[in-house]
Amino acid sequence: MIYEASPFAIGLFIAFVLAVLGISSYFAKKTQSSKGYYAAGGTIHWGVNGIAFAGDYLSAASFLGICGMIAFDGYDGFLYSIGYLAGWVVALFVVAEPLKRFGKYTFADALDYKFGSKGIQLTAAISTLIVSLCYLIPQMVGAGDLVTPLLGLPHYAGVVLVGAIVIFIVATAGMTSTTYVQFIKGGLLIIFSTILTICVLKNGFSLKPSENYHDFKTIQATAAEGTVTAIADPSYKIAGAFKDAKGHYVKLENGGVNTWWQVSEKDGQTMLKETLSITKAADGVVLYNGEPKTARKFFPVGNASKIIVDGKEVEKTGGLGPFEYLSTIEKSEVVRFGKAAFADGKDKVTVWRQNPTSGKEIMRPGLKFKVDKGSDFLSKLNFVSLMIALFFGTSALPHILIRYYTVPSPKDARKSTIVAIGSIGFFYILTLFMGLGAMLSGVLDLESSNMSAPLLAKYFGITLFSVISAIAFATVLGTVSGLIVAASGAVAHDLMSNFMGIQMTDKGQVKAGKISAIVVGCIAILLGILCKGMNVSFLVGLAFAVAASANLPAIIMLLFWKKTTSKGIAASIVVGIISALGIILLSPSTYADLYGLPAAQAPIPLDNPGIISIPLSFITLVVVSLFTQKEKA
Amino acid sequence: MAHGPSTQWGEDRASEYKSKLGVYLFIFYTLVYAGFIVINVVSPKSMGVIVVAGLNLACVYGFGLIILAITMGLIYNYMCSQQEYKMNK
Repeated sequence: MIYEASPFAIGLFIAFVLAVLGISSYFAKKTQSSKGYYAAGGTIHWGVNGIAFAGDYLSAASFLGICGMIAFDGYDGFLYSIGYLAGWVVALFVVAEPLKRFGKYTFADALDYKFGSKGIQLTAAISTLIVSLCYLIPQMVGAGDLVTPLLGLPHYAGVVLVGAIVIFIVATAGMTSTTYVQFIKGGLLIIFSTILTICVLKNGFSLKPSENYHDFKTIQATAAEGTVTAIADPSYKIAGAFKDAKGHYVKLENGGVNTWWQVSEKDGQTMLKETLSITKAADGVVLYNGEPKTARKFFPVGNASKIIVDGKEVEKTGGLGPFEYLSTIEKSEVVRFGKAAFADGKDKVTVWRQNPTSGKEIMRPGLKFKVDKGSDFLSKLNFVSLMIALFFGTSALPHILIRYYTVPSPKDARKSTIVAIGSIGFFYILTLFMGLGAMLSGVLDLESSNMSAPLLAKYFGITLFSVISAIAFATVLGTVSGLIVAASGAVAHDLMSNFMGIQMTDKGQVKAGKISAIVVGCIAILLGILCKGMNVSFLVGLAFAVAASANLPAIIMLLFWKKTTSKGIAASIVVGIISALGIILLSPSTYADLYGLPAAQAPIPLDNPGIISIPLSFITLVVVSLFTQKEKA
Repeated sequence: MAHGPSTQWGEDRASEYKSKLGVYLFIFYTLVYAGFIVINVVSPKSMGVIVVAGLNLACVYGFGLIILAITMGLIYNYMCSQQEYKMNK
């Protein structure tokens, strides 16, 4: 799809960036101590911290990723909203106050508060770095993806731009400027997501979302022994075909343009249904529906094919209440698009075929995560494993945990978590409406689900689109700032100061933190450029799985099991990291998506490691702690 | 370098009460969350059953989990604040 840069969006983005740089410069003079740099002096109001939590947590994966997943796969995307929010319950009831009581600047501080163990300092710092980097890469890749269509800049320019701004934010005033950037971004995201949801409900949905929505054609054909031999429309000529167990497609030529059509049978009659296709020729030429991209023939999609209101079929619904909106979709039918890839001679062809799906299927789990139709034991185990990792991952993310040090007391830590749960929970409810709105508004770009929310905003006018796009940039800035603070703390405070024992003055610690932030920021820029095109959801999943497996067992057992030893904690972190990373790197999804190998060749048939790696980490901690009780005594 | 907290505050005599309450509420929420996973795995078709206001069980349970988290958070804060007021006077 072709995107056009909006001057208003660019203007808003520049205004936001200038505001962010202004805030950072303002707080720079006040951030002279390590307490100020790493913990914002511990003076942030719990209300501000609560919204900043939302700004920190609601990353590009939440805003762009979940909305996109709901737009493409219905309720299954909402499962992420449920899991991500439920994880905050663990943070509130179990982690918030103790972490504030025991820790100083970093996650390792809290784990190590009664041991003074080099093993904990090293393993917790490594865990923080791995989780932060796994989380940083998708944010940086996302930044590049956003800049390309919206500002007309190349991918690397987006990554460098975001990286440079974030390094400035963190290196000038550390956690203080990061907090206020996240506060502003969190607040704006929730306000404008609410406005977008109101627009979706007020608009309702219709069979034809817009005047210029592409009308997909169906042509009658004649087939003999499973092969299409003639077309009813004389302007088309058969130019090729592909058939396998999953689908049958024919290539039709019309006026020198080749397009792909899906072959189907209806009442004994062979029908050809128009698809959308991308053909990559051996000489590097890429054609969209048989023509260059600039011809704009790769249409935006997404519409209802049948709408039922009060038991009658209608063409459009008009404005709907929130429950009415969901129940109307439940009774209706939506055109989704299924993807297939095959070779046509030397050309690589990807087609997206129309797939009318009943509202009943869209409004419950099963389209992406196989728990019902087509499910087996492993697919159900994967689903359970994912839900466990989401539940336990949130309260173990280092960049979230360090936000507890920015408020004055444990009581404030608790209150700020409740503000976070309220605001994040509200936002996640909105994701269902924004995602379904995008699914039905004829705006989806089949090449990138991540653009669904900004494109939905565009449907309601350039102003909303510009604001939502600027907020999407801000989303990346806010989250990346938090991650760089966490990672620089792990390097300067945990590794250099605590583990290696390098003696530094208070000013020296701030300087070390700032230099670490610059180095981590540069590494993030580099990885963001190198990982262009990589599946961002995969990396976020990796971060959650490693956090839940490596960090959470250590936190929980330290708080609730008196026999926990430092060696037990260090061993559980190492086992958690290795088992989670190992399972993911040997999983079917990684084989297919990352290595380009057949998924069936993967030695471990599980995609989500949580169900194995989290218990394994707990067991390791218990066993090693029991064997090292003497040292403790 | 010391690992102590970055700020100082008075002794909190209510911390044991808050810790226990937190664990009970955590267990309760975990059971409700586990129920959601179990229904999806054991009886996925139940998720499509219309429960209230034209909404199916998947929507009601999903929204319910989010709203329950917010509600339990508010109750927890109220009970903790009351106890802090009583015990730290």
